Amino acid sequence: MTTLIALVGAALVSATPLLYATLGELVTERTGILNLGIEGTMYAGAFAGFLVAASTGSPWLGLLGAVVVGLLSGLLMGLLTVTFGVNQHVAGIGTTLLLIGLSEFVNRLKYGGGAVPQIAKFGLLFRDVPVAEQYLLTYIGFLVLAPVMWWVLRGSGFGLRVRAVGENPEAADAAGISVTRTRYAALLVGGALTAIGGAVLTLAILGSFTLNITAGRGWVSIALVIFARWRVWPAVFGALLFAGVDALQLQLAISSTFESVPRELLIALPYLVVVATLAISGRGVRYPGAYLRPYRRA
Amino acid sequence: MGRIRPFRVVAIAFAATLALAACGGNTGQPSQPAGSATGSQGGEALKVYGAYATPIEEPWDGVIHTALQAAEKDGEITYDYVDNIGYSGGMERTLRDIAQNEKPDVIFGDAFGNEAAVRAVAKDFPDVAFVFGSGEPEQAPNLSVFDNWIHDPAYLAGMLSGGVTKSNVLGVVGGYPVPEVNRIVNAYVAGAQSVNPQVQVKVTFLNSWFDPTKAKQAALAQVSQGADVLFAERAGVIEAAKEKGLVSIGSMADQKDQAPESVMTSILWDMRPTVEAVLDQVRNDKFEAANLKDYSFMKNGGSSLAPINTDVKGGIPQDLVTKVQEMEKKILSGEFTTPVDENTPKGSNELSS
Repeated sequence: MTTLIALVGAALVSATPLLYATLGELVTERTGILNLGIEGTMYAGAFAGFLVAASTGSPWLGLLGAVVVGLLSGLLMGLLTVTFGVNQHVAGIGTTLLLIGLSEFVNRLKYGGGAVPQIAKFGLLFRDVPVAEQYLLTYIGFLVLAPVMWWVLRGSGFGLRVRAVGENPEAADAAGISVTRTRYAALLVGGALTAIGGAVLTLAILGSFTLNITAGRGWVSIALVIFARWRVWPAVFGALLFAGVDALQLQLAISSTFESVPRELLIALPYLVVVATLAISGRGVRYPGAYLRPYRRA
Repeated sequence: MGRIRPFRVVAIAFAATLALAACGGNTGQPSQPAGSATGSQGGEALKVYGAYATPIEEPWDGVIHTALQAAEKDGEITYDYVDNIGYSGGMERTLRDIAQNEKPDVIFGDAFGNEAAVRAVAKDFPDVAFVFGSGEPEQAPNLSVFDNWIHDPAYLAGMLSGGVTKSNVLGVVGGYPVPEVNRIVNAYVAGAQSVNPQVQVKVTFLNSWFDPTKAKQAALAQVSQGADVLFAERAGVIEAAKEKGLVSIGSMADQKDQAPESVMTSILWDMRPTVEAVLDQVRNDKFEAANLKDYSFMKNGGSSLAPINTDVKGGIPQDLVTKVQEMEKKILSGEFTTPVDENTPKGSNELSS
């Protein structure tokens, strides 16, 4: 029982960065833009959050710094893919490489290859209450962000424009919706959320920064968006499922009962579960109509 | 010819530049001019290069880098380095470039993941001394190897952990179950069991050298299964100990400052004795391929246990500290040899009954 409670608590923590990044990517992809800059944006968000918090002593200002960097990365992706109409794969991977390289470069300039400081980080709420003992950003992510995102995409004018642009930009344009403005807006919102996802790692979970801090969480989020078929609640479920199975394998790996199970199999378990779920439920995935297509007026 | 689209041309060029910029390695700052180096030996300062597969922020390569920086500060060498070379062909290119154009006396680096490249280049430049971290044997005439043999302090840290635990469960989070990690973890387990036969050690491997978030999560899983002392072979674990109000052991650098209430001590690796031995050989024209692992042993000053911090939460009993210090003396004098076991430790280790 205690293990189960620990499992749920751990799943919520490690699902939090995935949740922000996945929802950020989701809203972007709904306008037809695949943002492969996500891993770099998370990385830069984690680093910017850390750097600002380290120099100001405030995790809140750190969070603000991460948001600014996320907006800038969204702007860059917008410039490349919306204004210039560059291939989205190339632009995204280029953005990821640029942002990771830039973060490591600034890290080198600032700390000269030596140890980085510990920062004042966000504390846990409800200390020593099982499961409820979580970071504020976890509460905001699951209880505020997810429902708001669901409502925005479903019921708001902005959500309608996002979906129209992503499905049929020509028709949206003819109906007086600015494709450019909608895509930029989604990239900015998505970039900011993704950067917050990265900042969760430094400002809440670790209170510090190391190289490779995101360790592929951005790419996991890309997969989760497809897993969720571009819908909000399945994305929340996917993030929890992945994080939950990962938490489970960490428990199994150290229990004497499962000693004979190969370690590699346990480590692969979360990926296997997501792939299996995708294979069973993910048949006939329908991509947004304008996926990967730059828009130009004929 | 179609309509020229200047925007598109600019954008593609921009994207290409981004990709190139991000792929390039970081080159170290130029070293100080040789004239300012007045070595205590009176001779000319040796020209030394570092070639690292990872960024120098990575602790393993960071230890080599730190030792060489210290040697430069003491005027023994001029030092320059290239880091973040990676594992996809860059190492061979970089080493050839350095050996051919810079003509250094010695090149230090790590060969893990680049074994073939390092060996090929060393063969082609027999006049340059190559000194590389490696799990393989040396290669005559000019490639010496070393490794982080820090099982001695790991054993002592294990004794300390086995002595303070109340739950009799310890947790270790490591990178990969490779020999150099296994022997540290196994020495830690052996040390713990030497003072406390009831102790059980939970061992998690992340299959990653760098995922502090996962490391913390793995440590918290160990805590939920009863662990009350955590050995942070990887970054992220101390944060878990801090959050749960538990004591911990640091690794590679003295990590007491990260959490003075939690970090009891750290196991340290110092490459300076290895560096000094190589420089001595080269200065006296006596360099030959050798396995330099002994220079990382505690009795040669290559590894050590950081000062024990008795101010941690719950304190450390004085008789335990004395016991650890006595064993430390025995290792230093050669009276005790820490057992070396490179087998992969199990997820849950108990003394077999």
